[in-house]
Amino acid sequence: MASQSLNINNKKYAVDLNEDTSLLWVLREHLGLTGTKYGCGIALCGSCTIHVDDKPMRACSLTLSALNKGQKITTIEGLSKNGDHPIQQAWVEAQAPQCGYCQSGQIMQAVTLLAENPNPTREEIKAYMNGNLCRCGTYLRIVKAIEIAAKKTSVKT
Amino acid sequence: MNKVVSRREFLKTSGGVALFIGISGLLPQMIACKNNKEVQKLLKKHQLTAWVKLAEDGQITIYNPAAEMGQGSMTSLSAIFAEEMDADWSKVSVEFSPQESEIYGSDKWSPNNKVMLSAGSRVTYGYYSIMRQAGAQARYILMNSIAEHWQVPIKELSTANGEVINRRDNKRIGYGEIIPYLYMPDKLPEFSESEFKDPKNYRFIGLDLPRVDIPAKVKGTAQFAIDIQLPEMLYGVLERGSLHGARPNLNNESEILALSGVLKLVPFDYAIGIIAESLDQALAAKKLLNISWSEAPASGFNSQDCYKKYEKIASEKSAGKVITNEGNINSAIKSAGKTFSVDFKNDYVYHAQMEPLNAVVQVGTDGNSAEVWVGSQQGFDSKLGVPSYLGIPAENVKINLQYLGGGFGRRSMTDFVLEGTGLAREVAPRPVKLIWTREDDVSYGAYRPLTLQRLKASTDAQGKITGFSHCVVGDGGNLVASGIQIDYYDIPNKYAEWREVSEGIRLKHWRSVGHAPNKFAIECMIDEIATYFKKDPADFRRILLAKSPRALATLDKAISMCDWYSTIADNHAKGIAFLERSGTLSTGICEISVDRKTGIISVHRFWSASDAGIVIQPDNVKAQMEGGILMGISSVLKEQLTIVNGRVQQSNFNNYEILQMSDIPDSVETAIIESREPPRGVGESGTPLVACAIANAFLKLTGKHLRHLPFTPERVLNALNS
Repeated sequence: MASQSLNINNKKYAVDLNEDTSLLWVLREHLGLTGTKYGCGIALCGSCTIHVDDKPMRACSLTLSALNKGQKITTIEGLSKNGDHPIQQAWVEAQAPQCGYCQSGQIMQAVTLLAENPNPTREEIKAYMNGNLCRCGTYLRIVKAIEIAAKKTSVKT
Repeated sequence: MNKVVSRREFLKTSGGVALFIGISGLLPQMIACKNNKEVQKLLKKHQLTAWVKLAEDGQITIYNPAAEMGQGSMTSLSAIFAEEMDADWSKVSVEFSPQESEIYGSDKWSPNNKVMLSAGSRVTYGYYSIMRQAGAQARYILMNSIAEHWQVPIKELSTANGEVINRRDNKRIGYGEIIPYLYMPDKLPEFSESEFKDPKNYRFIGLDLPRVDIPAKVKGTAQFAIDIQLPEMLYGVLERGSLHGARPNLNNESEILALSGVLKLVPFDYAIGIIAESLDQALAAKKLLNISWSEAPASGFNSQDCYKKYEKIASEKSAGKVITNEGNINSAIKSAGKTFSVDFKNDYVYHAQMEPLNAVVQVGTDGNSAEVWVGSQQGFDSKLGVPSYLGIPAENVKINLQYLGGGFGRRSMTDFVLEGTGLAREVAPRPVKLIWTREDDVSYGAYRPLTLQRLKASTDAQGKITGFSHCVVGDGGNLVASGIQIDYYDIPNKYAEWREVSEGIRLKHWRSVGHAPNKFAIECMIDEIATYFKKDPADFRRILLAKSPRALATLDKAISMCDWYSTIADNHAKGIAFLERSGTLSTGICEISVDRKTGIISVHRFWSASDAGIVIQPDNVKAQMEGGILMGISSVLKEQLTIVNGRVQQSNFNNYEILQMSDIPDSVETAIIESREPPRGVGESGTPLVACAIANAFLKLTGKHLRHLPFTPERVLNALNS
């Protein structure tokens, strides 16, 4: 057991857990940030995608010991104040989710895609989003949502 | 209103619409209450009817009796209700109804027996008339109350967008403002078809409302059962092994009990359960379990070797359970100009819903009550088997339905609910969150059955089909026999039967049940015959569908959408399929190409046209078709669950791959045929179109046959080299 401070969504959280505890369980079960989902536990489905220093990471495959340098962690709860990040708005416009379970991870992955590449081609979208699984088959609408968001963002800038 | 009526009597007399019976059982209280002021006070705080709550500011909460697993029930069922209530949609919110099947069940599963079940694409079909009736009755109560208050005949009143209007003087009052004047008539009218709203005045049905569950789902605040947090909550996991039904013997109980955070070990017939203070502690302990497993009925079973045995069973003279027997199939085959006999096969597939199974259960200290938080497709018993498991009355069990992170049939089982209950009973009254890991979910899954299907057909010399025979060999009753009927095809002699085998593997409905394998075999057989006689597969089906005009309309629509007769790139081909699922008629067409070096099939485009009766939310129907088709592509090209010596060989997405974004077609286009027939099911209609459309395109492209699902690269290469 070790006491550790985590910087999540610009808020400090103190945790006192084994340093090999998965960040996913820390977020979900110890801190109650349940927007980040458990899907596979081995970084193959993307449901637990979060940002660590603005890079997409799979929370299930990070342990507390890897987060002892005060890294900035962002979860879906911290993406926007009112759920109105341009990506989230585009997701609503495209009516993308079905069951919705994978969508936090999809959205977190898409946010970093557009941050790195504001006008991705369809092939670039597919390649970047390929590790985020959706069993309901909403992929076409996810692509559409990303294209909507890219268009709106690029008009603004 | 001076007689106290029992709840059951009232339900009988009111045609199933339980007014004022909410969670609190308000009705008897109100009927007993003669003080009008008291009644009004109760009304303000409580409900307009069992289906709707109304607040003084006009906010309306409609109850959804169905599960929401992405199929859009939250929006579509409440849209039907709001249409007849003539509500202001901007003031509507939707909540799950209490899980009380006597009040909120549908009798469309079995007559005279109300159940709450969201399976078989039956939610809209099962609740369409119920929601219309309930919405119309809610509107009637409002109009009747204000007619009394205004002292005008109800006939002179109308409604518009959440207001009652006196047509004579155009006086208006909002629904919420009627609350002080609400009163309950002795009897509620049952509205008939001619009294419902004229479809030309529809404001919600047939138009697209944004789905009500989507904002929470993009914020990450939509609550799934796995997200539930309760004070004093403990965590539970089970180790079930990979041989279904094997009995465990734990060899290191004391070692496990000594681990940090582990509170209790709970033996099940087929598993060892662990209860711990935290999830990480429970999972750490699970990894250290040392269990010896007994053998089980599945021991010795190898899923890839069993087809030889099934071929023999298909060749036996004695018939299995005969499902269809029209005309005389034997004489049709004897007198045929040409006969065909082809075997088709399909391996097991797994549900892979993204939210692994889980449930949160709290059992009362005395063991006489329980509360459950679960994502369930509900069941024939809406209490999900918990009352009988605990041996307590149903009214002592409360089910709190949550959003489902995918269902696909798996969540119509209650195994995980009862496991959670079994754990919670051991530590009552502390609640327990049971979580299945992905590995648990795969290896102790309940799969779509493996089958062998032997199809035989007879034609005359010109290629007109005179007889069609279908024999399914497999486990699971209707799980393997659904979709074996082909009523829509004009063939004089039809025969279908199921021959049972049992391998001890857990099985369950999987999106579209037996339809995907059975329609695959049927539709490929049709193309094999058409191809033999050098006939265009669409034209060939047009003749077969000549007596089914609704079916034919979907075929004509789909072939015009994709420009069927036009030429396409040399290395591409289109394939077609027609089928019925859950009452919906659909034609699907895909365009594919094949990498002849790797054996990888790419689906470039998919078109479908469906007649699903009245469509409540067209965009949602499209979403369901898109999703169903993508899940179909996933299962057809990628998914294979195998068994060796009874042991499941797959464990997670590394060895059970599902469709990824790089595999998706460029487009999936869906057309809806306009209809005034009652709504039918859509959620499963897309999935079974895929296997047959792909195999038929492959036949056109290569002249070779794909007859064994899934079409793995290895099987594709074998077919190409055959």
